[in-house]
Amino acid sequence: MHNKTLSELSTALQNKEFSSEELTRYFLGRIKQHDQSLNSFITVTEDLALAQAQAADQQIAAGESGALTGIPMAQKDIFCTNGVKTSCGSKMLDNFIAPYDATVVKKTNSAGMVMLGKTNLDEFAMGSTNETSFYGAVKNPWDLNRVPGGSSGGSAAAVAARLTPVATGTDTGGSIRQPASLCGITGIKPTYGTVSRFGMIAFASSLDQGGPMTRTAEDAGIMLNVMAGFDEKDSTSYEKENEDYTRSLNDSLDGLKIGLPKEYFSSDLNPDIASVIDAAVKEYEKLGATIKEISLPNTGLSIPAYYVIAPAECSSNLSRMDGVRFGYRCEDPKNLDDLYSRSRGEAFGEEVKRRIMIGAYALSAGYYDAYYLKAQQIRRLISEDFKTAFSDVDVIMGPTSPSTAFKLGELSDDNDPTSMYLEDIYTTSVNLAGLPGMSIPAGQVNGMPVGLQLIGNYFQEAKLLNIAHQFQQATDWHQQTPAGFKEEH
Amino acid sequence: MEWETVLGLEIHAQLATNSKIFSGASTAYGAEPNTQACEVDLGLPGVLPVLNKEVVRMAVKFGLAIDAQIDEFSVFARKNYFYPDLPKGYQISQFEKPIIGLGFTDIEVEEGKPIRVGITRAHLEEDAGKSLHEDYQGMTGIDLNRAGTPLLEIVSEPDMRSPQEAVAYMKKIHSIVRYIGICDGNMAEGSFRCDANVSIRPKGQEELGTRTELKNINSFKNVEKAINYEVERQIDVLESGGTITQETRLYDADKDETRSMRSKEEANDYRYFPDPDLLPVQISQKLLDEVRQTLPELPDARKQRFIEALALSAYDAGLLTADRELADYFETCMKAAENDTKITANWVNGELSAALNKENKSIAESPLSAKQLGQLVLRIKDNTISGKIAKQVFAALWAGEGDSADSIIEAKGLKQMSDSGELEALVDEVINANPGQVEQYRAGKTKVMGFFVGQIMKNTGGKANPGQINQILKTKLDA
Repeated sequence: MHNKTLSELSTALQNKEFSSEELTRYFLGRIKQHDQSLNSFITVTEDLALAQAQAADQQIAAGESGALTGIPMAQKDIFCTNGVKTSCGSKMLDNFIAPYDATVVKKTNSAGMVMLGKTNLDEFAMGSTNETSFYGAVKNPWDLNRVPGGSSGGSAAAVAARLTPVATGTDTGGSIRQPASLCGITGIKPTYGTVSRFGMIAFASSLDQGGPMTRTAEDAGIMLNVMAGFDEKDSTSYEKENEDYTRSLNDSLDGLKIGLPKEYFSSDLNPDIASVIDAAVKEYEKLGATIKEISLPNTGLSIPAYYVIAPAECSSNLSRMDGVRFGYRCEDPKNLDDLYSRSRGEAFGEEVKRRIMIGAYALSAGYYDAYYLKAQQIRRLISEDFKTAFSDVDVIMGPTSPSTAFKLGELSDDNDPTSMYLEDIYTTSVNLAGLPGMSIPAGQVNGMPVGLQLIGNYFQEAKLLNIAHQFQQATDWHQQTPAGFKEEH
Repeated sequence: MEWETVLGLEIHAQLATNSKIFSGASTAYGAEPNTQACEVDLGLPGVLPVLNKEVVRMAVKFGLAIDAQIDEFSVFARKNYFYPDLPKGYQISQFEKPIIGLGFTDIEVEEGKPIRVGITRAHLEEDAGKSLHEDYQGMTGIDLNRAGTPLLEIVSEPDMRSPQEAVAYMKKIHSIVRYIGICDGNMAEGSFRCDANVSIRPKGQEELGTRTELKNINSFKNVEKAINYEVERQIDVLESGGTITQETRLYDADKDETRSMRSKEEANDYRYFPDPDLLPVQISQKLLDEVRQTLPELPDARKQRFIEALALSAYDAGLLTADRELADYFETCMKAAENDTKITANWVNGELSAALNKENKSIAESPLSAKQLGQLVLRIKDNTISGKIAKQVFAALWAGEGDSADSIIEAKGLKQMSDSGELEALVDEVINANPGQVEQYRAGKTKVMGFFVGQIMKNTGGKANPGQINQILKTKLDA
């Protein structure tokens, strides 16, 4: 049951091979069995899931079902869910129950999907290892001593371990693509403005974008059909006609022009990863693509620019967590300042505090021009780099992450956050430019998955999914299941 | 030493929209605490602001009314600071690119000496909630009904030199925002309030002195009082050898004093940056043209028209046009009085204004409609009644004793006696009864004329037409 794709599950449900309730109980059972070791869920919503499954079964019986009716899924615990705790991985929101659904949640609900629960993440999505979560680190299903990546590490681990067919993620600097890469699954971060940010707790508003985390590109397209669309509640959502993201899956790649940025293949790149990427590119040549070396000269500036802009926005976005109206409040505050400083001091973790401090500094009077404004200028240069590149090629490819999953504590214990920040070297520039980016499983190094990153031009999600799907038709990396999670139940 | 006062005002005008600037919640005043705050106003996690388009039109309308520079793009920025009644920990405002750029308006303190006041900018922002310090022993209550109410902050240049000029400017802006219908101007409810920047310098000195900012002044009277107090305070400090600290001061109307709230050093670093949740606001030529179409005749233009076309004095025209409703009332009244301007102006600025003031009523609350007053004026004009009798009719109309001047005149028999035969008889009667006075008159003491008129008025209850009486008396006595 757990290896079926969305369309296979849908067919099976329509054909009454099993009911949505049976399917839901099956995945709830897998979560019970495996998640103590993985810690990929913060909240499992068993009762709600069963109620949704029963409603879906009635819809199916009445012949009123859609493509996703009755199919289980998991929401990253950054999407607000009416009546269900939305913690964002933080002690600050451990008691927060939103009185509204995020637009993404509204959409998966109205598609008839069944929410199994809310997945773990780095606190407020700030991290690349999932170790900053108040609820503890998530383990990588391929090696329980290793991290799943972050911040959507819970969603990535849950999908990789087949605890849910699909999950949602969010990506501010690589938070969908990097964990997808490290866990051997498929993830797409759409063009900024494609998926509504309403009800998605903001980390860095100008960079945040939700997207699906799935096993196959086809599933990603089906999920994106549900998640995407203009939302009047999000002023940065892009007003355009809805499209079918699966429409081009089977197009031929003959004549596809692939750009390989030389900056992504410098001597710093781990040679084992480089050879996986080379092999994947060769596979594309077999499929009829031509390869061209390109340059994205400002790639090296993306990390410093990102680590000014994202903290600056987060320092402001997280100000509402003040202990006044919701969330954590310290015991017996002596006065207003004490209420603020102790509530925030006690409830935010180290990484969140670090970024708030960096961001507040970058925005402060006298430093704004040197940091924030300069970073915005770099952002424009990075966008220009991509614009130039896309005048020549259809898609840009490279590694998603400079390494495979590292050991728990490897990057977080040495008190050197910058080494963790460098994990985002290939992903942040895509967010800075607002482009769509994808990671698909492309091979393994020492038994750990390696992701291939595909970067497309604005609103070229259908094209990216086509390119990913054709690769998945020719290879089986996306079908590899981590040992220990292969058995039914 | 002779000191010169330099003043600039920051006026906050609450825009008269039905819903808030970034949410659909109602802006109505006076509801139970926290009943008009939705998840966006409460600043809950994950929610996003969506701009109310009406506020853009309103701001543009103001910009056009002050001949301001209006750029194609303006940007919302976050002003970051922590306060319990500021739910998000930042206020969405505008910083580097306000919606309205440099404009101006003219004020007049001395008749015929207009002063031009520059308006640096006007920007859109959301209001905060209210902290309630009473009734919660040792704690503070927060009411977020006001949070997210749209404000237009109108910032003047330091172009005013006296508290009187500051008041005139504030009244002028008040008049404009009410004329164009973007703010109800209700100062008691805080819909229109101001901060004043005050500094002094030795007369003749170019360089500006250190300024203090007086916060939250909510009446015309208090602007004058607060500035007067602050100017005196600054003079005292400087003349006793001290220096002025740049700081924010609060005006306490009860004690009539200003006191320090925070110094420049303690001031927040607001860490302004463009709000990534909102796109830049684009103002198209089409929108400008559309809004221009909706602009009414503005106070200055109306005053000029009243002076030129209606031959009113600058003083009368100024009084009548300061308030759009009053000016509308006047024009309706005038039409009912068959286009009489002078008697109408006298009655609107005189009897009516006095009666309204006495009962603390606005023109909209006047018991007399413009048409009713116009009909009364018409009866003065066509000599049906005298001015003196008209006051009685006015009082009766005010008290609701009748529907129209005519019905009251009729019911009370107040119609002026203009029949010359009848009046001649009355004159004869008085002349015959007072031979002594007749003799005085004929001996050259023409002042006794007043005595005869008074007698006749007394006998007729004021109804005799005084002009006619004078004429008949003169003819008979001179004969």
